[in-house]
Amino acid sequence: MSVLLDVQELQTRFQVRKGYVYAVNGVSFTLEEGETLAVVGESGCGKSVTMLSLVRLLPPAASIENGKVLLRGEDLLELNLRQLRDVRGGEVGMIFQDPMTSLNPFINIGTQMAEPLVYHRGMSKSDALARSAELLEMVGIPDGEARLRDYPHQFSGGMRQRVMIAMSMSCEPAVLIADEPTTALDVTIQAQIVELVKELRDRSGVAVIWITHDLSVVAGIADRVIVMYAGYIVEEAPVDALFEDPRHPYTIGLMGALPSLTGETGTRLTTIGGSPPDLVDLPDFCPFHLRCPYVIDRCRKENPMLEVVAEASERGHRAACWVDIREVNIESNAGAASS
Amino acid sequence: MSQTGSSIKAPLVRVENLSKHFSVRIGAYGETKATVHALDEVTFDVQRGETLGLVGESGCGKSTAGLTMLQLHRPTSGKVFFEEEEVTGLSDKAMRPLRRRMQIIFQDPYSTLSPRMTIGNAIGEPLWLHDLASGQEAQERIAKLLDDVGLSPAFAFRYPHEFSGGQRQRVCIARALACEPEFIVCDEPISALDVSIQAQIINLLQDLQEEYNLTYLFIAHDLAVVRHISDRVAVMYLGRVVEMAPKEQLFENPLHPYTNALLLSVPVPNPRQERLREHTVISGNVPSAINPPSGCRFHPRCPLAFEPCDHVVPEWREVETGHWVACHAV
Repeated sequence: MSVLLDVQELQTRFQVRKGYVYAVNGVSFTLEEGETLAVVGESGCGKSVTMLSLVRLLPPAASIENGKVLLRGEDLLELNLRQLRDVRGGEVGMIFQDPMTSLNPFINIGTQMAEPLVYHRGMSKSDALARSAELLEMVGIPDGEARLRDYPHQFSGGMRQRVMIAMSMSCEPAVLIADEPTTALDVTIQAQIVELVKELRDRSGVAVIWITHDLSVVAGIADRVIVMYAGYIVEEAPVDALFEDPRHPYTIGLMGALPSLTGETGTRLTTIGGSPPDLVDLPDFCPFHLRCPYVIDRCRKENPMLEVVAEASERGHRAACWVDIREVNIESNAGAASS
Repeated sequence: MSQTGSSIKAPLVRVENLSKHFSVRIGAYGETKATVHALDEVTFDVQRGETLGLVGESGCGKSTAGLTMLQLHRPTSGKVFFEEEEVTGLSDKAMRPLRRRMQIIFQDPYSTLSPRMTIGNAIGEPLWLHDLASGQEAQERIAKLLDDVGLSPAFAFRYPHEFSGGQRQRVCIARALACEPEFIVCDEPISALDVSIQAQIINLLQDLQEEYNLTYLFIAHDLAVVRHISDRVAVMYLGRVVEMAPKEQLFENPLHPYTNALLLSVPVPNPRQERLREHTVISGNVPSAINPPSGCRFHPRCPLAFEPCDHVVPEWREVETGHWVACHAV
């Protein structure tokens, strides 16, 4: 497979009254054709800002300070707004967390769905509407043609998310960025949406970037996973390697904190003590060291780089940690992280 | 502590045929009156010292059940007993001493603390209202409560905006504990928090339960969390409890097709298992509680639905000791 998207040293910060908030600090990753990449992390870890930076959909206070976003070799950060508009909704489709706020409540679904088809594909309005009706049927909304006249409030949350998916897929994008698309939905509806995206992906071959805070969802959909913390990628691995052989203490902490539907009950959850750091300074130490049970002196003095820790696939398994956690007995060190 | 038998000793809280309907106006100009059947003929009990998990999707009535049990909503019909004393129909004044013994923790720690009140005052308010402590004694109690929930007593003079979501939820827990309650309704207490913080709060709730012999009604939509924390679990669908059992039985041998569908919808955090697992997702949406389906409310989405399901309400019956279910097909 060939590399579709190549993100290099991306840095995004927000101007605030006291200075800057460093949201994304030198993030590099690649996305191959047809691949599904999951980006996991807690609120404020920079996962959404990273993905919004790719197509420069950032609020005015944010600025991209450094980096390259190469889509098939073309740097999206160098494009002017007019050229960028051709990419947004065209080559790159997006789905957001809350479908209610991403759809215009005053305009019927058909008009909203036809817009990108007319703009990007140069279709006539009537062709675009006919195509929209087909797309609605494709995402599992029966009687698509009649529903085109409906307004967003006439759809349930899950149905609105289906409409968003139909819209984002309408121009056959090469990349679909899904920013927490199931977080606002109930678990049975979440399962429906995940199955739908998988089906569309397998049929169209679109590459998916799936942003989530829920590791369980990742297990079912991703080929590769990036774990983010405080604006850095702390671990990147193929999905099996990540779950079976996690190498960053933060990843391990996240997995331990997850209650499961199978296995022992009555055990205590392992917690990650404390809370994520403020991002007001670029740290010259490991951003996780205050919460890390494996912390050593070096962690307080130098910020580790993302380095290959195992050759789990061609592109390997990378983690940013000074400690080889397989060689440390956690019990002897556990006191550091208890809260 | 686990109590598998449902009636070994007297329950702490018991609800009998509890219903709560809301009158609403629908239509573009609110011209049509309608009734939301938020809670319909629900019967269950909570044993002293146990955690009863209450799960279901949004709009299924689980929060209404919690609020109605505490008389924060007055029920439309049915009864609630606290230690075998009927609390439905009590006046607000007669209810006051009982409120000290039953408390609630809400989902959103951002909106449940007054931004103008120090943490110490927020926690102390129940003490003053119920005349439990004053002056120096109250200050000491507040310090002890902060310590109990893992916060520094020095935080008493700070304001809510200085704290993170997890810390605020700890403050809410301290406030609920202030008047030494026996029964606490936890209404989605961790849903607004990040995964790593969720685990901290779950552990805290479990520690406090052990220390103070608390009884919890734990309302949540996350089945894995409910399985972790509960002794027994009740599953709600569209205003009715469809199944209730000790958690081992409910998760290993779910009888109601809705419980089964819910369990199959939960993603498993293991990529190899997830690839092999059957992905039969339940189709359709939860119908409106304004005009709920007749008979069994789950029948339009149910894979097992047969002749009586669309017109006969299934009986709420005990099929094994402690395992209750409402389904014609079981």
